[in-house]
Amino acid sequence: MGLFDRHAGLLEAYRTVRTTGQDPFHIRMERVLSPTEAIIDGKKTLLVGTNNYFGLTFDPSCMDAAIEAIRAEGTGTTGSRIANGSYNEHMALEHEIAEFYGKKHCMVFTTGYQANLGVIPGLVGQGDFLLIDADSHASIYDACKMTQAEVIRFKHNDPSSLDARLRRISERKEGDREANRLVVLEGIYSMLGDSAPLKEFVEVCKRYGAYVLIDEAHSLGALGEHGRGLCEAAGVLDDCHFIVGTFSKTLGAIGGYCVSDDPDFDILRVTVRSYMFTASSPPSIVASVRQALRVVKARPELRKQLWDNVATLYDGLAGQGFKLGPEHGPVVGVHLPDRETAIAFWRAMLDAGIYVNVATPPATPNGVSLLRCSLCAVHTRAQLEHMVEVMAGIGRQMGLLPPAKARAASGR
Amino acid sequence: MKYCVTNCHFTKNRRFCHNIGTPDGEMRLRTAHQLTVDNDGVLDTIALGRVVSRATIVREICHHLAPYQVGEKPINGATVIAKDLTIDSLAIMDMVMELEDRFDVSIPMNVIAEIHTVDQLADTIQDLRAR
Repeated sequence: MGLFDRHAGLLEAYRTVRTTGQDPFHIRMERVLSPTEAIIDGKKTLLVGTNNYFGLTFDPSCMDAAIEAIRAEGTGTTGSRIANGSYNEHMALEHEIAEFYGKKHCMVFTTGYQANLGVIPGLVGQGDFLLIDADSHASIYDACKMTQAEVIRFKHNDPSSLDARLRRISERKEGDREANRLVVLEGIYSMLGDSAPLKEFVEVCKRYGAYVLIDEAHSLGALGEHGRGLCEAAGVLDDCHFIVGTFSKTLGAIGGYCVSDDPDFDILRVTVRSYMFTASSPPSIVASVRQALRVVKARPELRKQLWDNVATLYDGLAGQGFKLGPEHGPVVGVHLPDRETAIAFWRAMLDAGIYVNVATPPATPNGVSLLRCSLCAVHTRAQLEHMVEVMAGIGRQMGLLPPAKARAASGR
Repeated sequence: MKYCVTNCHFTKNRRFCHNIGTPDGEMRLRTAHQLTVDNDGVLDTIALGRVVSRATIVREICHHLAPYQVGEKPINGATVIAKDLTIDSLAIMDMVMELEDRFDVSIPMNVIAEIHTVDQLADTIQDLRAR
């Protein structure tokens, strides 16, 4: 048996995708022009699938900070913080993020994936319980494989499903110590853009004495009066024991973090392998992230622009008759009947100069096939209205939408 | 979900459900851990006894797996869930969540990973109920 025989099914499916046209999982950005435009296949293309929620990748102040940091401290740290030491800027960034949340401690990771992968197994082990939402991100699922804790899934965004599972644990007799329970949630889910009913979840967790870890990867900047995420918007920041997030979306760079008030939190620095055994963030990243966080604090209008753009796209597509995720969100998931249709639709959009993501099972909940769009504060209204028109045209051409005249005005 | 019980809500941690009868009078459509029957307009909750026959568990599992049947090959205790059927790993985990609520048990993900056949899944559920 060959090493790759185990992937035979996937290889076959992927071969079909690759040989029938543009490969959605291997797109080449020949040149990125701005947060909203790139050259793909020699053509200027509108980007509506890059999680660049505030458009800060080209913010002049962030770019300047990064350039300055490279000149001052070089291109990389060439090792982990436990081996090569922390730079002043790593510590300053951690201090600033902790302050942003009003929490005592912060640990910064080289990627957001590593933050979940490391922190979650650092908190629960043998004899403990880890409860995760069924639609959790891959980094959370992978973290589950790194712990000896019993991992139990509950139904997506369903506090009563969590309640039932915590109740069963509390009724169990075995074990001579009080087991820890950690509940992992996400502020905004990355495929359909829906938010967790966090207040209700927190109430359930309190009732059973469970700790709450919330991943605000897609909600940092987007939600809350100060952009802290769903924990702020739902008014439960103090009840979220661990808040994880990423620098790679709203903050326009790469990296992850976890904040907490727990007095012993720093012990994770010498226990979490994804922190200890990987090179730390380079100076340019740390500098641009610090500046991006200042921009998020100083320019709340970017949040309003983002949500205005969400409304334009979501309401526009809904009005055309597309089936979308359950609520407005910086991610807008467009349901399509199957994988082949989703890929064909995605290709037609790319041909028309619009780039979004295509998401198919098993990366999606409930086996759905999606076009996953993510909005940017600096998309113009005209760009998004054009996109709605293009998608409506393709939808009708593919027979997915009723003819224009027969359409009900209100859509859904 | 074909067999979803409608009108469910939580009050003081107890689930009350309506609408679980079937046209033939059998009480087959049960997804909550407690069953509620309409008794002269008054809702009564009957707790599912701790003793549930293994045959009932197997029947329920087979029922959930029916949509993934390949050809005419029957689904029984010896069916290897991931191999003999068209179900993918995510759908297996989703089915397990339904079974968890039906039988009021929680099956940890690492345990699910080691279950291959319908019989093994039924044994696991029965063992967990006995705890």
